[in-house]
Amino acid sequence: MKNFSGQALFLDRNDINTDEIIPAKYLTENTKEALKPHILEDLHLEGFDAGKDIAGKNIIVTKSNFGCGSSREHAVWVFEVNNINVVIAESFARIFRQNMFNCGMLAIELPKDDIDTIFSLGKDTAIRVDLEQNLIMVENSQGEKKVIPFGLNPFDRELVLAGGWLQYADQKY
Amino acid sequence: MGKTIAEKIFAAHLRDTPSPANVVLDIDVVLCHEITTPIAINDLVAKNLDRVFDPDKIKAVIDHVTPAKDSKTATQGLILRDWARRHNIKDFFDIGSNGVCHALFPEKGFIRPGYTVIMGDSHTCTHGAFGAFAAGVGTTDLEVGILKGVCSFREPKTMKVTIAGNLPDAVSAKDVILNIIKQISVNGATDMIMEFNGSVVEQMSMESRMTLCNMAIEAGATSGICMPDRVTAEYLWPFIQDSYATIDEATQDFKKWHSDSDATYAKELKIDISNLTPQVTYGYKPDEVKDIIEMEGTPVDQVYIGSCTNGRIEDLRQAARILANRKIAPTVRGILSPATPAVYSKAMEEGIIKIFMEAGFCVTNPTCGACLGMSNGVLAEGEVCASTTNRNFNGRMGKGGMVHLLSPLSAAAAAVAGYITDPGKYI
Repeated sequence: MKNFSGQALFLDRNDINTDEIIPAKYLTENTKEALKPHILEDLHLEGFDAGKDIAGKNIIVTKSNFGCGSSREHAVWVFEVNNINVVIAESFARIFRQNMFNCGMLAIELPKDDIDTIFSLGKDTAIRVDLEQNLIMVENSQGEKKVIPFGLNPFDRELVLAGGWLQYADQKY
Repeated sequence: MGKTIAEKIFAAHLRDTPSPANVVLDIDVVLCHEITTPIAINDLVAKNLDRVFDPDKIKAVIDHVTPAKDSKTATQGLILRDWARRHNIKDFFDIGSNGVCHALFPEKGFIRPGYTVIMGDSHTCTHGAFGAFAAGVGTTDLEVGILKGVCSFREPKTMKVTIAGNLPDAVSAKDVILNIIKQISVNGATDMIMEFNGSVVEQMSMESRMTLCNMAIEAGATSGICMPDRVTAEYLWPFIQDSYATIDEATQDFKKWHSDSDATYAKELKIDISNLTPQVTYGYKPDEVKDIIEMEGTPVDQVYIGSCTNGRIEDLRQAARILANRKIAPTVRGILSPATPAVYSKAMEEGIIKIFMEAGFCVTNPTCGACLGMSNGVLAEGEVCASTTNRNFNGRMGKGGMVHLLSPLSAAAAAVAGYITDPGKYI
């Protein structure tokens, strides 16, 4: 199983699309590693600097319809090779969400109020996802803590535990 | 209780129910292109799983960057080509026979009513026009599709979209779908199948239905879908004539897939398009749509006609209505990419290519081209393109470029005027 804890990267916008996560011009790469430096390169978000803001971050917290647009799984892989294995959002585009679970990664949907709560803790916030208890533990640098429950579809959980859909399907079908 | 067409297709293809909300379906056709498939092939090879579940149910094409533009894209083509050969995938389309996947595969008769179809491309929803369940997927889903012939989905929820009225002359399927996306937003149909019904859809050609279904993903939908009818049977007739005595018989048989009158829908939208005017996007999301008159006079540097949305013969005919005996503005670069070799040939026969060229357009080979800024037709910083494609994301056609999505008729009008304008003035 992958690592599901670390520092939060806040992306305060709806409808962040997969072209912004990894531009089409890098789709000619045939390895995941080659995508690594281009993470969120075309993200349009005021004050965001892909060169500075991503280092040391492991969990993305964002708003609604994250990962819309192109089906490119490169958008998931570019997170994976940067050691970001969790995205927590108000909602996801279907293909992106499926691609996350298919790679054994977590796409967690939370109600808007819970997302706002995590945002309110500020930039310097650590998150740990407890898959056994279905809880998200959040703590900021001032020691302020929140514990937020989340739901996970049983099949999506199995994919995460199996390490992805290929592993699951190869054994079962 | 009645069922929707999607529920009927799901029931007919059910392989497994891994949890109450999830199903695993048998897949009838796995479609592949050279952008998302080579990395799947490499991964399968690395995992010692280099097999295909059924070479006759896998179709592949090189379409996004063709002819190859550099070593990397040449390698992507090579990986796909070698793989198709070693697995005896006969339906593989390379230079000379290749074209935009979502125009080419339907033309070849690969998509039939009641089928399940996946491809590593979000615009796979296009194929729902044939009464199939067709969904874009990522590379892992594609790998499993290639290896096992299955794919997982959540239980289908359907949004019923009923389109009534009479389509005004300067208004096309593109304007209708842009207007629908404007109404429901870019995630208005997330996790749903958009089922297009109503008299307007019934009267539409397969080309127009494909345009409608193509942009379902821009509202977040898993797929678009239309009821297969006589129009579908006529389009598919060369491929199904051994299975049915007459087109009537095929039409009758297709009705088994139609949604029942008492089917349950998650959402419903009814629109009347009698007073709809041409539509155009103004921002960086496909739901940022205005009436074209509100954008009147917006200068454009490039006009692109092509893609899986609007690169078919009907689209070229529409644009040619305006371009005939006219020149495009000297400030505009006009680019036409006929979606497939068959579209290109037909357009030559009908004199449409000549009309485009005499108007001042450059005509490229069939390819995805400028749509995603991967090969030709890339915009420079600050440039504006009026485009018949499906995505206007910031940077999509080139960093710092602006894309206005519109119909082929409106694109042709913009080319002639040099700015966005009402196509009604030219027809």
